[in-house]
Amino acid sequence: MNLKLKIWRQRDPNTRGKFVNYKLNDISPESSFLEMIDVLNEELITKNEEPIVFDDDCREGICGACGMYINGRPHGPDSLITVCQLHMRKFKDGDTIVIEPWRARAFPVIRDLMVDRSAFDTLIQEAGFVSVNTGSAPDANSIPVAKKYADLSMDAASCIGCGACVAACKNASAMLFVGAKVSHLTLLPQGNVEAEDRVLKMVAKMDELGFGNCTNTGACEAECPKGITLTNIARLNREYYKATV
Amino acid sequence: MSGIFTSSIGKKLMMSLAGIFLITFLLVHLGINLLIIIFDDPMVFNKVAHFMGKNILIKIFEIVLFGGILLHVIYALILQIQNWIARPRRYSKSNYSNTSFFSKFMIHTAIITLVFLGIHMADFYIKAKLGHALEIEVDGVFYHDFATEMLDKFKILPFVIFYIAAFIFLGFHLIHGFQSAFKTLGLDNKKYTPIIQALATLYTVVIVGGFTIIPLLIYFK
Repeated sequence: MNLKLKIWRQRDPNTRGKFVNYKLNDISPESSFLEMIDVLNEELITKNEEPIVFDDDCREGICGACGMYINGRPHGPDSLITVCQLHMRKFKDGDTIVIEPWRARAFPVIRDLMVDRSAFDTLIQEAGFVSVNTGSAPDANSIPVAKKYADLSMDAASCIGCGACVAACKNASAMLFVGAKVSHLTLLPQGNVEAEDRVLKMVAKMDELGFGNCTNTGACEAECPKGITLTNIARLNREYYKATV
Repeated sequence: MSGIFTSSIGKKLMMSLAGIFLITFLLVHLGINLLIIIFDDPMVFNKVAHFMGKNILIKIFEIVLFGGILLHVIYALILQIQNWIARPRRYSKSNYSNTSFFSKFMIHTAIITLVFLGIHMADFYIKAKLGHALEIEVDGVFYHDFATEMLDKFKILPFVIFYIAAFIFLGFHLIHGFQSAFKTLGLDNKKYTPIIQALATLYTVVIVGGFTIIPLLIYFK
């Protein structure tokens, strides 16, 4: 495959970035998107140019590090995957591919396609945990959990904190992420004890960190690599009202 | 408690409550307007409008209604400005995600609806308040002759087109707004959301269809 790439280059958080065009030839349709950028970077290094900086880690679709906004969609033109699981067969020979970093005030660009997602860590540190000393694992049957809630909690817990929800949202809102974390903990008896305190703290922190407001467009749900649903946002709203009123 | 008015979720709650209130008002407004095409006698409409204008309960409701509109608009502005600030640099190629189409243009359809509302209010409500409206006397009681005014106005083609276009944009706003309000209230699950979405579509069709058919019938009569 021969491709034209339009990639965002930015030296550091304080420099103005710009798009740079690259041409890349003979890419295998079977290669992954990150491998395609690896090939480009090798070419750049041999030409003594700066390689493109991007986040990646596991390359198995479970760590959430590889955030890129490809052709107008977080993680590119496929559903329920991260960029490392995106393959070049999803594109056509001769395509122009536009690659941008996540864009949100709460996720400042560090360099090129790498953004600082520590706002998510700050949110978790604020109240996204169960504050008990759990000790050794208790007997699985000592705390009964209804199957329905165990399933819903597990679905929410599959969030990998990649930030695609914020990147996809036209308002750069973090409601799906916070909704997933609140649901995951609150639906279980261990986490429910601190439900009210948690939701109030996390929402206040979310607002403080400069994320936008949810308008229920559903872009987050459509782009979440783990299929976290909007019902988690509705649950976050319910939990918030319960805690406030 | 304070967060219910100031936090992101709190502001959305106010937006959705005001929105649902306005949604119910539109149904009442449509119900009254339909009288003009259901009854041949325009006085039926005028008498109902007169009742609406004079009744003390309705007078209070009127203040609540303006409050609702104001609340919806002010919170919308605050939320929208915050949303713009939350993404200081836009994407060069964006919004290809598979989302509900009209949800992307809520602020645009809102502005069109607000401009329409301003013109509509100037045409009927403010004119009547300033005493410039046509009047008609029946059995010694003076009524604002809104019916004749409406019947006259909807004989003018540009006016008819303007109103229908505005209703269509209002429909675009409602089809997302209706179901979004319920999600903000926390009502969203697999069982009920499809029902709410079907209701949203039905409601939008009734409102847009109802308000559109009135000028059309009058124009072609």
